[in-house]
Amino acid sequence: MITQEAPAPTAGAAAGRGRPGPRKARRRAWDEVPRWQIFLPLSIYLLFTLIPFYWILLFALRPSGSTSLIPWPMTGEHFEKVWTERSFAVYFQNSVVTGVASLLMTTLVALVGGYALARFDFRGKRPFMLGLLCSQFVPGALLLVPLFQIFAKLQLINSLTSVVIAETVFQLPLSMILIAGFIRNVPYSLEEAAWVDGCTRFRAFCTIVLPLLRPGLIAVGSFAFVHAWNHFLFALMFLSQQDKQTIPVGLNTLMSADSVDLGALAAGGIIAAVPVVIVFGFIQKWLITGFSSGAVKG
Amino acid sequence: MAPAAAVAKPPPKRRRALYPRRLPYLLIAPAGLLMLGFIAYPVISVFYYSLQHYNPTKPWRNGFAGFENFTHAFTQDPMFWDTLQFSVKWVVVEVGLQLLFGLALALIVNQTFIGRGISRAMVFSPWAVSGVLTSVIWVLLYNSQTGITRYLADMGIGSYGTSWLSDTGTVFSAAIIADLWRGVPFFAILILADLQSVSKDLYEAAEVDGASRFRQFIHITLPHLKNAIVLSTLLRAVWEFNNVDLLYTLTGGGPAGATTTLPLYVANTSVDAHNFGYASALTTVAFVILLFFSILYLRLSKFGSDDK
Repeated sequence: MITQEAPAPTAGAAAGRGRPGPRKARRRAWDEVPRWQIFLPLSIYLLFTLIPFYWILLFALRPSGSTSLIPWPMTGEHFEKVWTERSFAVYFQNSVVTGVASLLMTTLVALVGGYALARFDFRGKRPFMLGLLCSQFVPGALLLVPLFQIFAKLQLINSLTSVVIAETVFQLPLSMILIAGFIRNVPYSLEEAAWVDGCTRFRAFCTIVLPLLRPGLIAVGSFAFVHAWNHFLFALMFLSQQDKQTIPVGLNTLMSADSVDLGALAAGGIIAAVPVVIVFGFIQKWLITGFSSGAVKG
Repeated sequence: MAPAAAVAKPPPKRRRALYPRRLPYLLIAPAGLLMLGFIAYPVISVFYYSLQHYNPTKPWRNGFAGFENFTHAFTQDPMFWDTLQFSVKWVVVEVGLQLLFGLALALIVNQTFIGRGISRAMVFSPWAVSGVLTSVIWVLLYNSQTGITRYLADMGIGSYGTSWLSDTGTVFSAAIIADLWRGVPFFAILILADLQSVSKDLYEAAEVDGASRFRQFIHITLPHLKNAIVLSTLLRAVWEFNNVDLLYTLTGGGPAGATTTLPLYVANTSVDAHNFGYASALTTVAFVILLFFSILYLRLSKFGSDDK
């Protein structure tokens, strides 16, 4: 690249020699992309992105039977109905438990394993890494039946544990690769310095490395949470009792009813979206630093 | 603990404590065991059952089948070819359009303009929306009585009466648009991240050379993005092939099987028809296709070979 760059100034000077002043001025002005070339496509795309969001809000907030395009007069009837009658209160609780448990389990297991990948060379590390990468190609949807059989043997069908395990397992490979990358970015010498000062490896890790990993761990943890919160198929398959189901399954039940209650469906959808919006709003700052520091170099 | 005491300890013992040979295995054990038990073992059992007749509702037929399941799929099951063909069509159209729009979007929000931060946040937001919620939103939009299609029909686009999701002529485009809505941000985010690492000097040099904006894009931006594009399209293609959340909830594979992908067909075969041996054979075929496609794609695109 550098060799190609070198002759550039002379070539530019030669090209500019014929018409020195005006051309340069025009170039500077041209440097900026015309505003309409930004705002026109952007507005069109924003319409495409935002109208669906507006639509679901509209259905959730306007009274049943209304055809108004503005959610006014506003009503909370759909939320009340879906929360109590359609037992979204129960689904919500189950989803929170599944999401938080998957978050903790994924982060903890990936942290421990990622540390080994980042800090040790050991026999079998390469095959292990290869296994992690290959598992990315294994579709969870196609393993439903063998997984069902395993959980049936372990007597975990209709227990949230089965969903937590399944979500964790499919989140693990990527989380571990990411966390190993974050740990590699923390100089080993920091840890070694702490050992010289008398810390055990565990204490050195907790006091020196862990605080530096915070942005990365928040990114990985929130992805595990959102993934488990959003994912549908495992919960659908492994949890058949209604009081064990999660929000996506509840939404599917509402959608596949013979006559769909659109207001309740929209309200349920918004209930499903709220935690995700909160998580992403809260972690946005961490997300950018987390991924730019670890994922790229890892 | 006083630092002096630690330093006074004999170094060999400390080294052994800090570099224990078993520690890394202990650390990867939880992850390794989970993945062996819940990914490797199920995969192996799928391979095993693909060679068996296995159907809990017809136990008298169970037993070793050899390659019968496979020959049945390739020679006697039109659904296999139909769903495979639909899967390929689905993946190619989705990934192609998502890449195209994602690239354009990333180039736009990479410019400096007023309101860039909020525009980025809004444009990227569907990325966090789940497949099921996407279905909920688009079911509302496509509803023939109260959906947006009714207002479009008022303006002369489309017709009243039928939902786009229940007509075999429109269901493909309808599902494609719904999945695009949440898929484009994935590419936009990844490409934007990579765009920010292009050296400004290159553009300045090209500018001085008198290269047009379009040629700068072709000769500087695209080569820089190549690895990111190859990797993200591959990951996305595999993901789009495997993912069933959206189509399962939006169309259920219908109407009349018009939107059934291979994984959806496999799920129906194993879950509804209980024909687990045959479903396993189909799964194995899907694995092999994905693996073959991934290797071929990485080879053809010479992934990672042009690192300078």
